Amino acid sequence: MSLKTDDRKFDARTAAGIGDAFMRGAVGSAQDSLKTRRLTAATALGDWEQWRELGQQIRQHTLENLDYYLGQMADNVERRGGHVFFARTKEEASAYIRDVVQSKNARKVVKSKSMVTEEIEMNHVLMEAGCEVIESDLGEYILQEDDWDPPSHIVAPALHKNRKQIRDVFASKLSYAGDETPEHLARFARDILREKFLEAEIGITGCNFAVANLGAINLVTNEGNGDLTAALPKTHIAVMGMERIVPTLEEMEVLDNLLCRSAVGQKLTSYITVMGPREPGEVDGPEEFHLVIVDNGRSEILASEFHEALQCIRCGACLNVCPVYRHIGGHAYGSIYPGPIGAVITPLLGGYDDYKELPYASSLCGACTDVCPVKIPLHEQLVMHRQNIVSQGRTGVADRVQMKAASKLLSSPGMFRSTLRVAYSMTRLLSRHGRIVRGPGPIEGWIGIRDMPQPVKKQDGFRSWYENRERVERADAFDAPLKDIRKNGLSAKSDANAAVLPKAEPGRDSSVEEAAAPIGKEGR
Amino acid sequence: MKVSIFSTCLVDLMFPGVGKAMVEVLERLGCETDFPASQVCCGQPTYNSGYLEESKQAMINMMNAFEHSDYVVGPSGSCVAMFHEYPHIFKGDPNWEMKAIALKEKSFEFTQFIVRVLGITDVGARLEGSATYHRSCHMTRLLGEAETPFMLLEKVDGLQLEPLKNADNCCGFGGTFSVKMPEISEQMVDEKSACVADTGAEYLISADMGCLMNIGGRMSRTGKEIQVMHIAEVLNRIPAEPERRGTVEGGAFA
Repeated sequence: MSLKTDDRKFDARTAAGIGDAFMRGAVGSAQDSLKTRRLTAATALGDWEQWRELGQQIRQHTLENLDYYLGQMADNVERRGGHVFFARTKEEASAYIRDVVQSKNARKVVKSKSMVTEEIEMNHVLMEAGCEVIESDLGEYILQEDDWDPPSHIVAPALHKNRKQIRDVFASKLSYAGDETPEHLARFARDILREKFLEAEIGITGCNFAVANLGAINLVTNEGNGDLTAALPKTHIAVMGMERIVPTLEEMEVLDNLLCRSAVGQKLTSYITVMGPREPGEVDGPEEFHLVIVDNGRSEILASEFHEALQCIRCGACLNVCPVYRHIGGHAYGSIYPGPIGAVITPLLGGYDDYKELPYASSLCGACTDVCPVKIPLHEQLVMHRQNIVSQGRTGVADRVQMKAASKLLSSPGMFRSTLRVAYSMTRLLSRHGRIVRGPGPIEGWIGIRDMPQPVKKQDGFRSWYENRERVERADAFDAPLKDIRKNGLSAKSDANAAVLPKAEPGRDSSVEEAAAPIGKEGR
Repeated sequence: MKVSIFSTCLVDLMFPGVGKAMVEVLERLGCETDFPASQVCCGQPTYNSGYLEESKQAMINMMNAFEHSDYVVGPSGSCVAMFHEYPHIFKGDPNWEMKAIALKEKSFEFTQFIVRVLGITDVGARLEGSATYHRSCHMTRLLGEAETPFMLLEKVDGLQLEPLKNADNCCGFGGTFSVKMPEISEQMVDEKSACVADTGAEYLISADMGCLMNIGGRMSRTGKEIQVMHIAEVLNRIPAEPERRGTVEGGAFA
């Protein structure tokens, strides 16, 4: 798998997603159940907002001092007898891994789930070199057996498949004869995978966080496959994006908390392991340890206005709340990184030529920004992408003409007044019974699926009413609220700071509050 | 208290009843209003489409229009949230950064102003029936105001509020998103409409006409009956003054 998962155009991919009723049902119910689980796990920590801020500070501090911590990490890995390779490109990364595998004359590789190994097309390179590569994460294994169906979610790669489809894959590819009970399917896969772990000469894992002062890597899994992958084969290769690093175990603990709770609504996943080169005197673990640190465009992102995207800890929470992802699914993004974070980083890694639609596939509702445990301003970064796409002249002529005209109109009081004067008559031929029924460009996009009221006559408009009305008698005509004002001691001189209630803080996770106080009379 | 009315371009063009209701409620609560006539639009349609430089002119126009206002109050969480973005957009601009901050600090969404500045939750309104409330994403998440509409609606005599399933999911409006990606927007608004219809409520209320135009327009198109009302229209239903009801439009798609 490479970054790009689909050669079709965005519109075709989206239409396919929208047309896939099963996928949408699965994604919708996964989102709905994860929402409650995430909220419960987040609120259990206490002040979630403070945890998010701490997470953000840790990530920003690490990114600001990335060269220092990467240097420290490399020194410590080497001091412990491991090997470190800095890969500037995905080609360098996968070539290094292939060379290590070949130097061992190895043929059998088992790996755990890792997005960065997808990004560097490692499986492809190793298979071309004649290796058998087995994905040991259950979701990834299902996709592999289904002729390398691309992942549709960064945490739950096979989210788009139901148990019946999984049964069919196992039946046709692996002669599975059982039913579609999840436990039976998992047991079947586990029996196969156990053999693969024992046979494998090389184990390849990702890295949730590198712990710089220990020269160790931290793996966070639920299936335990990561630990088997790292511990059983004689050689362990860990692959990490160069931003995935923490100074010490203390910061790792904060980020693991944020990660597990945000990703799957668990306090901790079943397995949280810190490992690295085998220390003298240790009885198990790999004989040889390699750490591949992948840049592949990250240095440029770090130097750009998108640097906050590198704070990402790949929890997938933004996918789990995204209303667009909900309806089009992960494959529509055409990238191994789907959802809001995918719409931000995919164009950075893969370029606007292939991915310029992704930043527009968002209503900018901000749910992603609100949920992000490390406070990446995701929806703002989507707007920044749009600004780049506009300034590079990549939008269509029609869009440019419309938007320039709109900006003229919206910044010119005189022109807007004239518009209000003629809006009704201009739209008369386009309207029926007070609704616009046809129109050019953007109006077509609206009225194709929705009714749109016709603009009102100038004399019926708000401005005319305001200018020509007789002022209603104020205040003293109405008692009750005035009493309120007097009671609260607010007078005409009071200012914004005299607010009776604390002002809500923009950007905090309002959904947490929502869980505590359901909408409706009972909850308030 | 002097309040400058920020009517918003949608209200100016299509929903006069919302502007009227807002003015009448504010004046009834003791505010003196004015309407700076040079105002047009917060600039959000072009800004969110990526046309930054072009949008700045619209924003500068608004900063000028409201320069001498004490308070600026608008019937849209989204448009007011856009004002609150100005300091971020004009950061480091020697001519406009301070003015952007000044506008942000005096701008309030309508319900937010009533509760948090005037300190009032009971405006004496009465509306008989059941309603569900759509919380707009920009008001809730960007402006950070999730509570004031509910605090006010709770006190509306005769009104029964029905909880809305998946209330925090976007309705699919998203400004130009709704016309640039109509297929995706359609799925979102269909799900929202279904959740609204499932409440069985007679009224759909919100504090943002963009969302209401979207959900109401889709429900109207698909034959789902509901009366759409901006919260200002609800709060302007004053039982003691029946003649004033004439100014309250029953909703854009009624």
